[in-house]
Amino acid sequence: MIPLQAMAIALAALFAPLVVLTRDLVRLTMAASLYAFSLVVLFVILQAPDVALSELVVGAVAFPIVIVVAIVMQRG
Amino acid sequence: MSYLPYGLAVWIFLVGLYGVASSRNFVHLVVSLTVTQSSTYVLLLAIGYVKHGTAPIFADVPQERTAVDPVVQALALTDIVVSVTVAALLLALAVQVQKRRNTVNPDELHELHG
Amino acid sequence: MTRRVRLALFGVSAGGLTALMLWAVSGLPAFGDYHHRYGILLNKVAVSERHATNVVTAIVFDYRGFDTLGEEFILFASVMGVALLLRDVREDAERPRDATHSDVLGLVGIGLAAALLVLGLYVVAHGPITPGGGFQGGIVLASAFVIVYLAGEYRAYRRLTPHPALDLVEGTGAGGYAVIGIASMLLGSAFLHNFGPFGMPGTLASAGSIALLNIAVALEVSAAFVLLFTEFLEELMDTRLETG
Repeated sequence: MIPLQAMAIALAALFAPLVVLTRDLVRLTMAASLYAFSLVVLFVILQAPDVALSELVVGAVAFPIVIVVAIVMQRG
Repeated sequence: MSYLPYGLAVWIFLVGLYGVASSRNFVHLVVSLTVTQSSTYVLLLAIGYVKHGTAPIFADVPQERTAVDPVVQALALTDIVVSVTVAALLLALAVQVQKRRNTVNPDELHELHG
Repeated sequence: MTRRVRLALFGVSAGGLTALMLWAVSGLPAFGDYHHRYGILLNKVAVSERHATNVVTAIVFDYRGFDTLGEEFILFASVMGVALLLRDVREDAERPRDATHSDVLGLVGIGLAAALLVLGLYVVAHGPITPGGGFQGGIVLASAFVIVYLAGEYRAYRRLTPHPALDLVEGTGAGGYAVIGIASMLLGSAFLHNFGPFGMPGTLASAGSIALLNIAVALEVSAAFVLLFTEFLEELMDTRLETG
């Protein structure tokens, strides 16, 4: 297990509880995006560029938009 | 040490499950469910990894090079796109609940109303 | 069941689940020690059989094309569910103009939307060659439309994405996948068998029906996500109208 893989695994393991323990909804969107990016790094290190591309577009574009709109609809 | 990625998948799964069980808001619940789902991608890709293997794209590397398993990548790829759509469906449900019962706290929604 | 009782119950059962999962995971082969025959075989033969250098795309659209048909229909069904839940009865009511409109932002938005459109088409077209394909490129194409809403105003976005056009494109993508499968049946082989002319591996015109299925999936995914965003945004505009 080379240090690069260990670092990517540690990063993903750090950001997952961060997402779950965030209670404020706007910060939750940012935390979910951060967690998706850490997963992208892990997927690239595990030699899976297709899966990394998929998670990148989903975590950067589709998921935050859907969450933000849901948040605004709940408040309004 | 060689079982660390599998341990990561188990850890992410349990963290997401804790988020679902202890959530006070439907949006937070859906995001925790997505975190649980992402643990399966990590497990799949960790199973398919070959030591000193490269990505299974042979546009620039010769054909004889060892590559990691492509089948699990195919499974994970379509799964990611579909999971965000299902999350959107769950959020649409949460929005409807907010409109009708004026609350998004799962703890306050006990009884079924007519 | 109160919250405390539920969390205590969760703690106990999570302990048991952890033990079970760790025991299960310790039975797997060690990380990096891979010796299943299916993956090794596909890596060896996919390029020479199907002339597609991206083995993952060849698996998604050819060797396991039937599973992708199911996944595509899951996408279709859940977007249909969102449309059912959120589509409002007042068709195309007159929306108020947006409160702020900035020219600089609009200009930057036009540049970004054009770049995203080209990038999305590139990622879709190069699916069988390099990492990419219909699923990834479809969402990049959908984001080009969302930039129009973010940097411009809601009316411009709605004029670009009328409901009948979105429904038509999404249906074409979803049904086109099945039609291509049936076409290969009409040509005498099995459902979803790769029939087309295989070009040279590494060029854009290669891999037979993988490229066609790629395009069908890209159409469906991009239209599905634009439809999703449209439904959510319309609901948002309705809420804003009601609360004033």
